[in-house]
Amino acid sequence: MSKAVATQQKPKMHTFKLLGRLLGYLFHYYKGRMIAVFVCIAFTAAAGISSSVFLQLVLAEVITPLTEGGAQWADVSGALFWIIFGMAAMYIVALGASFFYNQTMAVVTQGFLRDVRDDMFSEMQALPIRYFDTHTHGDIMSVYTNDTDALRQLISMSIPQVFYSCIAAITLLVIMLLNSLWLMFVVLVGVVFMALVAKAVGGRSARYFIRQQEVIGKTEGYIEEMMGGQKVIKVFCHEEKAKEEFDKINDELCDASDKANAYGNILMPAVMNIGHFMFVITAIVAGLFVMFNVRNFTILGWGDEFTTSVAMIGLIATFLNMSRQFSLNIGQVSMQINSVVMGLAGAGRIFELLDEKPEEDNGYVTLVNANIDENGNITESAERTGKWAWKHPHQADGTITYTELKGDIRMFDVDFGYVPEKIVLHNVSLYAKPGQKIAFVGATGAGKTTITNLINRFYDIADGKIRYDGININKIKKADLRRSLGIVLQDTNLFTGTIMENIRYGKLDATDEECIEAAKLANAHDFITRLPEGYNTVLRHEASNLSQGQRQLISIARAAVANPPVMILDEATSSIDTRTEALVQKGMDALMKGRTVFVIAHRLSTIQNSDAIMVLDHGRIIERGSHEQLIEQRGTYYQLYTGAFELE
Amino acid sequence: MIKTLAKSIREYKKPSILSPIFVSIEVILECLMPLVIVWFMDALETSKTSSELMNCILVYGGSLIGMAILSLATGMLSGRFAARASAGFAKNLRKDMYYAIQDYSFANIDRFSTSSLVTRQTTDVTNVQMAYMMIIRVAIRCPFMLIFSLVMSFTVNVTISWVFLALVPVLAAVLVFVILKTHPIFEKVFHKYDNMNRSVREDIKGIRVVKSFVREDFEKKKFKASSEDVCKDFTLAERIMAINGPVMQFCIWLAFLLIFLLAAIITGQAMEANNVSGAVTGGDLTALIMYASQILSSVMQLSMVLVMVIIARTSAERIVAVLKEKSNIVSPENAVKEVKDGEIVFDNVSFKYSKDAEKYALSGVNLHIQSGQTIGILGGTGASKSTLVNLIPRLYDTTEGAVYVGGVNVKDYDLEALRNKVAMVLQKNVLFSGTIKDNLRWGKEDATDDEMRRVCRLACADDFIQAFPDKYDTYIEQGGTNVSGGQKQRLCIARALLKDPKVLILDDSTSAVDTKTDALIRKSFREEIPNVTKIIIAQRVSSVQDADQIIVMDGGRIDAIGTHEELLASNQIYQEVYYQQNKIGNPSAAAEGGESHE
Repeated sequence: MSKAVATQQKPKMHTFKLLGRLLGYLFHYYKGRMIAVFVCIAFTAAAGISSSVFLQLVLAEVITPLTEGGAQWADVSGALFWIIFGMAAMYIVALGASFFYNQTMAVVTQGFLRDVRDDMFSEMQALPIRYFDTHTHGDIMSVYTNDTDALRQLISMSIPQVFYSCIAAITLLVIMLLNSLWLMFVVLVGVVFMALVAKAVGGRSARYFIRQQEVIGKTEGYIEEMMGGQKVIKVFCHEEKAKEEFDKINDELCDASDKANAYGNILMPAVMNIGHFMFVITAIVAGLFVMFNVRNFTILGWGDEFTTSVAMIGLIATFLNMSRQFSLNIGQVSMQINSVVMGLAGAGRIFELLDEKPEEDNGYVTLVNANIDENGNITESAERTGKWAWKHPHQADGTITYTELKGDIRMFDVDFGYVPEKIVLHNVSLYAKPGQKIAFVGATGAGKTTITNLINRFYDIADGKIRYDGININKIKKADLRRSLGIVLQDTNLFTGTIMENIRYGKLDATDEECIEAAKLANAHDFITRLPEGYNTVLRHEASNLSQGQRQLISIARAAVANPPVMILDEATSSIDTRTEALVQKGMDALMKGRTVFVIAHRLSTIQNSDAIMVLDHGRIIERGSHEQLIEQRGTYYQLYTGAFELE
Repeated sequence: MIKTLAKSIREYKKPSILSPIFVSIEVILECLMPLVIVWFMDALETSKTSSELMNCILVYGGSLIGMAILSLATGMLSGRFAARASAGFAKNLRKDMYYAIQDYSFANIDRFSTSSLVTRQTTDVTNVQMAYMMIIRVAIRCPFMLIFSLVMSFTVNVTISWVFLALVPVLAAVLVFVILKTHPIFEKVFHKYDNMNRSVREDIKGIRVVKSFVREDFEKKKFKASSEDVCKDFTLAERIMAINGPVMQFCIWLAFLLIFLLAAIITGQAMEANNVSGAVTGGDLTALIMYASQILSSVMQLSMVLVMVIIARTSAERIVAVLKEKSNIVSPENAVKEVKDGEIVFDNVSFKYSKDAEKYALSGVNLHIQSGQTIGILGGTGASKSTLVNLIPRLYDTTEGAVYVGGVNVKDYDLEALRNKVAMVLQKNVLFSGTIKDNLRWGKEDATDDEMRRVCRLACADDFIQAFPDKYDTYIEQGGTNVSGGQKQRLCIARALLKDPKVLILDDSTSAVDTKTDALIRKSFREEIPNVTKIIIAQRVSSVQDADQIIVMDGGRIDAIGTHEELLASNQIYQEVYYQQNKIGNPSAAAEGGESHE
């Protein structure tokens, strides 16, 4: 039962803090390899940039002496050899580094995604039921699919690319510092301008992409609803109306998609052409310097004056080249804005899941195998004995007492609310002696399922007390408490796998014989053996290859193999057609024998033979007693029974 | 396939054509710019005085800026148009599919699952949209760029340009190899990926079961195994993909090396031959380096387009399958628009769901239902009860024989006229998100509040609606999750009644309604709409036992027709069901009717 409890809006994490946390997370798992990757990227980037240095060298040492200095081939061939050799050597090492980091990033990205998924799944298993009741399954799933995918882009592409470009930019800056501070300033002004444009266009693009994502989600929801109801549309000749409504949403999606892609498409030409402007402006400024013979200044001190000398022109040419490289790198970074924004949004949701508070468990009473002699003395046993006992260590005096597991459950004045402001159960008291069958009857929302949620501590009570075999259930370790309680729900929740595996889910070390025994008890053996594959039939797509009744029989067998002293049956037969119900009911009756059972049922016929029937209304027990007693009373139960009242 | 898809471009032909045109201009400019830069740098080098220098900066710089502005404009325009064309194309595709589905018959709908129809209209369309944008922009741009850059580089230096020409096929071969190698791996991994996500979904859905059986660690282990599996295959695919980057770098750097080496050698030879014009200038070198990058990166981008198109092809096929599916149930010409009364005749009707099906779902059905009668239909799962009634509003066509409503063959009616007079409450019924009024108006668009209240009273829905704080304006969540099963069924009945039908079919539509309300609904039908033919499919004998005729179905055939008393006396199936539901010897349980069975 999902009670809508408003999730508290957490303050959004700051972008840089988020990025920092993500990198920390990444380094936590792959510290060594990430450092190696960054070193290799740095080297590759530097090698890429140094091409322009080599260009300058070839021009200065080889080509210019040949064309203008009157040098002979023999004079320069030595220099040429060394330049080419140096270049080749550097490229080979850089290629090795590039190969290494590309391969490593592939391994790291996928490995990290696996670790993130594993961590999320592990954390999720520890979350309280409240989390699952307050979040839609679609939202949780989307963290595993969409958000993790967005993270993949961010880690495998964007982080290396941005780092590469940063290193390239730094390398370029260093080279510029060594050549001319004045020209560097010119280039820097251009770069800042370009970065601003990239941020503006890219930011808008990212914003529209996120909007597009939202509209896609909306469209998908609409299409899903309509496709699901397509037959109803036909029956009501509602086609034209359905088309009209669809067109509205479709147009909205078209608009969002148009804008998002338009900004995405414009980004690259904008940045590249601003690069061209920068190129020209750098050239013009350099020309002005030459005209006015401005004296060059580098980080090493004052240099020569700008003239039309070969060296100076060479310097200008190199600068022009570097300004191009700068714009290329900014272009590359700007292409990553989308995936950075989306990846970080995804990371935010992943961290939100990881930060959820796990279920608390302060229980210390555990369930152990026990030997019980004729006098009722209980001793702990290492092996399965078929008997169980609660092991209760007392902190005060350090003694340990054992209590036999019988299935005696008592509730005393229990109050409960899913949110503190709204109490949904008031003063509920009940006693279920071992072997008794207790039924809950009442309208939807009367609190039937809520009571069972409290017994297995899916939720904790606000006030009052629940005792299990005389022990306060808050003292019992949750895992052990739940192990002693079997459950069969309306929604069978079978898992993909064979029928045998599904039955064994109740007791992981059960032998095939035990599972078959349980299936026989649950009245499921007959139909299972009639299936072509028998117990090895693989259940797929939520076991859609079986009928609802057959699925329920398997879930009963699953509970039977666990053989718990207490059973909770929550609307187990509600969605079964009347012909199959007789079959399921037989299985349930066999399962209930000798156990304490809590039954919630829509059809009153299934609970007539209960030891006690509790009629609930708005969280209060308004009538209680056996079937005969309640009929005698002529109260609500009587009205329900005679059909004067409807259960909603 | 392409022809079918192209029909959806329609009003977006203009941007679809403009985008490649602007892209072409942009490419030409982008290829010319390096050349201008070369001239610029050469002029810089040869400038001897500062005025000469300034002059060349103004001339070349000015033209470069002019070209950059033009290239910026065309680049932005082509991007703009490409976005519009592809978003519009996607919109039309979605629309065409959605419209096509609206025209589907039940038989067509059965052929596709709901989730597959949703995927086809969302993910598949997005894939085709991206591919289309790539095709009208990048797929035009890259070959253009490749050829133009090659031509330009040949004008700069023929010998060196041969290097590029040699490198292009090498790079292309490696890229294509990588694509062909990784594509099947990805297909395979996506399957495993789905499996992994399914195990998460099952865990979330069944979290109560997981926690009740204390199977958290078991689930973790199970998940770890499948996430490890996915990781392994994805890593393999990504590692092969990761060859691309270094190969690209290798080609570019090799090109640089060869350019420098060849440039030096060529210059040396030219100088020895005293051929000054044969020397490679600094400008030439810069230009060649730029062209090298442009050529190789176009090859790279082309390979990305190829990947997109491969992915989109499967999606396109799935879209075309929806578009090409044609409904076989359409209104005939000169259709009958008036349904005279609620008389229904089945004349030797046989039916199977598809031509190739071996088994008939219905065989040899003969029936005569008079206008205004109440008919009950009873039978086990798979007895073809729903199939039988689906033929009346012509949701399916008979395979043999004919169905007549009001004395006219259903195939001769205008579909809308027929279905408006034959109201059907489906077994798997759906309420849509919107208010109760919105939902009721499906039956009659301009229904007044009074009309709505009247049908809701008939369907015993008015009471609970009045109990909601917002009454008839109560918002129904998607799938009707905020009303109970019984309430939902009664709203669906009210919605159908609003059509003012001549025939009303309830396909197991009161199963979640308690026996008393069920009886009240039938009573109000009898009293308020006596002239409407009522056909009631039910599981409970009590729901049909007061009908004029009860049809007992078994395995696609009519087992018996008769009144409650007749069938109870003579029909074995009817007796079985009746006694199972009404335990003899327990008078109180018998009074309760169908609710008791143990």
